[in-house]
Amino acid sequence: MKHLLSAADLDADTATEILDIAGEMAAVSGREIKKLPTLRGRTVVNLFYEDSTRTRISFEAAAKRLSADVINFSAKGSSVAKGESLKDTAWTLQAMGADAVVIRHPASGAPHRLAHWVEGSVVNAGDGTHEHPTQALLDAYTIRSRMGVIKDLHVAIVGDVLHSRVARSNVLLLDTLGARVTLVGPPTLVPSELRSADGGVSYDLDAVLPDADVVMMLRVQRERMTDSYFPSAREYSRRYGLDGARLRRMPEHAIVMHPGPMNRGMEITPEVADSPRSTIVEQVTNGVSVRMACLYLLLGGKA
Amino acid sequence: MPYAKTVLSGGDVHRVVDRIAHQILEKTQGAQDVVLLGIATRGVPLARRLADRIQAFENISLPVGTLDITLYRDDLRRHAVRAVGQTREPVGGIDGRRVVLVDDVLFSGRTIRAALDALSDLGRPAAVQLAVLVDRGHRQLPIRADYVGKNLPTALTETVRVKLAEIDGIDEVQLEAAS
Repeated sequence: MKHLLSAADLDADTATEILDIAGEMAAVSGREIKKLPTLRGRTVVNLFYEDSTRTRISFEAAAKRLSADVINFSAKGSSVAKGESLKDTAWTLQAMGADAVVIRHPASGAPHRLAHWVEGSVVNAGDGTHEHPTQALLDAYTIRSRMGVIKDLHVAIVGDVLHSRVARSNVLLLDTLGARVTLVGPPTLVPSELRSADGGVSYDLDAVLPDADVVMMLRVQRERMTDSYFPSAREYSRRYGLDGARLRRMPEHAIVMHPGPMNRGMEITPEVADSPRSTIVEQVTNGVSVRMACLYLLLGGKA
Repeated sequence: MPYAKTVLSGGDVHRVVDRIAHQILEKTQGAQDVVLLGIATRGVPLARRLADRIQAFENISLPVGTLDITLYRDDLRRHAVRAVGQTREPVGGIDGRRVVLVDDVLFSGRTIRAALDALSDLGRPAAVQLAVLVDRGHRQLPIRADYVGKNLPTALTETVRVKLAEIDGIDEVQLEAAS
């Protein structure tokens, strides 16, 4: 594996290998000494053009637990604010000897461009409304550790699918791993071209819930909404928000996921978010292990 | 001339494991505080066999763990990315215990160096010993084994191939050369 740009680049074997290695990494994270010497002397640059707390911290923790050197670069207060182009920034990173660049960028496709300009590995940590492959991997890891399997599960992805790179990467990866995905949301926010191979689209959350093994709630991305996609927040939350009553309509074994950050009271009520069937905190923990596995596969061998 | 000659037969392997089990018992005052840690891949079934034999001889049940040293190797950059195996601490951990590392072949000593590094991240054993089925020489580090099944003088061009029933369907140690 040279880069990790899209969940579509992963075949079932590679994805499963990442999840297996993540399991070993998770064991390390449970020890007193949470550190491995594996990537000693390698440099990982976190290049963040967009605000992010958990993803940046997660990648930083992952790289540090593998003993890599980490350089954090955020667009605010850097030369980018002075107008430096992505290409010039890339050359700077190249000159500093970055072995891997983890990039978060508001423009879809930016990581692909970057991959042409630097010699090291590029990891897509979220690009615009396009993809967020490590989030899909950590979601798959979370599903597998809670449910035992992924194949043939029914996963409902609910909410603002249109603007969601998390949804896009999840559809691709879950398809590869053999799950059935149903996209649920208001017609204005569910692009029909994204539906998975044998899944479907529904505009009625209550019809989907009784048959779902996994319900993945998406954040309503107000910052990306330039048009009016739904009449009001209240109406959205009444039709597509997950509350206690809807949680009780789900099968006993079904779990609730959310990539964070949550709009509590909008797409998910605190009762659901804090219930034992919610995996939201586990997802954050698993994120570090999965990113350690990805960094190992990208940097752990001959360049 | 390529050749492959059998150095230890199935029966030999069994007798060697029996002897090492006795030696561990003798050298550790009846396996007090001992835990066995098999180094992946073929050290793992060997460690289980030693535990079985010690159980049969003295009715002592020793905790057995597995150690994969891939993430501690010093040659990761020289090869394509390697698969990562399982590491499972023995029940009760390794703190204050006498850890006997078990591997199939002792060669350069680099695997054991990595295993010692991994051990110190797992905990703080009271002592560490090493048991190997075959010592083929050519050490590159100051490391020696406490229990050796067979000392086997080899040329660097030769390959020692250990087969164990649990993995390969047969117990056998062969010495091979390509040319």
